[in-house]
Amino acid sequence: MITHEPTRASRTRRSFSAALCLSAVLLTGGSALAAGSSDSDAERVERWKDIAKSIFGDRAIEATDTLIKVDAPPRALDAALVPITLMMPEKDRIAAIHLVIDDNPSPYAAHITFGPAADPSEVKLRVRINNYTNVHAVAETKDGKLYEAVKFVKASGGCSAPMGMSDEEALKGAGDMRMKFAEGGQGKPSEATLMIRHPNFSGMQMNQITRDYTPARYINKLDVTANGKLVFSMNGDISIASNPVINFGLAPDAKGPIKVVASDNQQGRWEHSFNPPGPSN
Amino acid sequence: MIPYSERTMATRRAALFGGLCLCCLPSLGRAAESFTLDEVGPGIFMRRGLDAEATPENGDAIANIGFIVGEKSVLVTESGGSLTDGEWLRAEIGKRTSKPVSHVVLTHVHPDHCFGAQAFAQDKPVFIGHHVLRSALDSRGDFYRTRLVEILGADKAGSVVYPTMEVADTAEIDLGGRVLRFRAHGVAHTNCDLSMVDTRTGILFPADLLFVTRVPSLDGSLLGWLKEVETLAGLGASKAVPGHGPTLVDAAPAFADLTRYLTALRDETRKAIAADQPIDKAVDSIGRSEREKWVLFDTYNGRNVTQAYKELEWE
Repeated sequence: MITHEPTRASRTRRSFSAALCLSAVLLTGGSALAAGSSDSDAERVERWKDIAKSIFGDRAIEATDTLIKVDAPPRALDAALVPITLMMPEKDRIAAIHLVIDDNPSPYAAHITFGPAADPSEVKLRVRINNYTNVHAVAETKDGKLYEAVKFVKASGGCSAPMGMSDEEALKGAGDMRMKFAEGGQGKPSEATLMIRHPNFSGMQMNQITRDYTPARYINKLDVTANGKLVFSMNGDISIASNPVINFGLAPDAKGPIKVVASDNQQGRWEHSFNPPGPSN
Repeated sequence: MIPYSERTMATRRAALFGGLCLCCLPSLGRAAESFTLDEVGPGIFMRRGLDAEATPENGDAIANIGFIVGEKSVLVTESGGSLTDGEWLRAEIGKRTSKPVSHVVLTHVHPDHCFGAQAFAQDKPVFIGHHVLRSALDSRGDFYRTRLVEILGADKAGSVVYPTMEVADTAEIDLGGRVLRFRAHGVAHTNCDLSMVDTRTGILFPADLLFVTRVPSLDGSLLGWLKEVETLAGLGASKAVPGHGPTLVDAAPAFADLTRYLTALRDETRKAIAADQPIDKAVDSIGRSEREKWVLFDTYNGRNVTQAYKELEWE
């Protein structure tokens, strides 16, 4: 998991034990009673302060409406697959972004650093959400400043939701990848969607046969380059949904092949190259 | 509007709102006591579940549950959504027959169908389930119980009960002059769906492989469900007792409605994937033509789309 100070452990354990939940198909009516739903705003602010300190140390983080925006459903339809869109309209100022799901057992979901071959104006990914929580997005500008945006999401049990199949089945084809390209049209970046087969076991999912928890096994590092130039580099965690799908923008002058190197925390390593459709103009 | 006769629509709607609000709301606190059983065939008694989510007031009595009486003993078709719901059913059985409860069917893992089972433990029945049900209960049972306890309280929720007779393919049991035939299905609504036919009346009990009125909820495989619906419809039963909705329906049109919904979900999701429409947009645009046709559509459709999308995007 992404670096965390040990002080986080006790706090996260609370949400872990209080929210051993999976995506209840037929019990959503009770979600108002889910753990974490009753936390006060002050408690949430305090939690975020704690987390921000463990990630960014004493660096100041300024609230922003313009440098980064986070879009997520107010109530998750499926806590194990919550689509998140991060928008960075002033893309030329953006060096990196951080996604934090405050009340997840391991809150630091993703850290993405952009390279010269990226168009950082929008990133979409899918996460697990275990609890009613603030979702924080932090943009790091090229001049080294931090800006935050936040969205509250109601969900429960996303991290412990079982895959509905055996571990072996879930791991079948792990590391397979696909990439889809979409032309952005005039003045718009071309977009790419990277799909990776990987269960991203959270460590909180129970094996249906052994009744043991399946050990955490997740993609922790992802490097995407275009003809040798960095598009982005991502550190991921157990909060990323199984079979990760990431949508990102390519700089207008980015050329193929697009190479992806993914590795997980158990020495899995996969490499694939993709050729975007030929230049259209 | 999509081909769907206005009259049917009006009737359906009136029925929905009648069932959901007008008759239930005023007596929420006594919901369980106000339930009745329909005799849908000779010796077959069914209670219509509410088209609602589990609440403290309704005791999770949201599935169609009931029992079948043979010459020697009684089979419970579905146990109920909570201990309270199961106890209500057990009491109703006692009012109608003195024959013992020999079998309780656990049609699949969802809590509204199997958390009433504990109420029958004292009868020492055979608990019948799909061969995958045990492992499904292992992985989800505790979670479901936790959620039910949050809603209903620890004394009313019920506990996880495992099948003692596991059906891998097909099986039969006899209640005395009344043979019931079971079929374990491939991954469809869930990964452990079990259906049943009462050979005496020919009535099919597809459990949640058939939703009527209440919007279907997808928790297994969309393509698998379409396949199993074909299998079930092919059995040729003219009447069916769905897992949700009226206690007895004409099988063919009911399966046709379900197939129409699932097919729309499949086709529109495939189209969205092919057009690179991301999942967060797809959930708001897929299946809209079905919206007026099902209760709780807004609660479940987006989730169904999410399930369908992640199943189909790797095709």
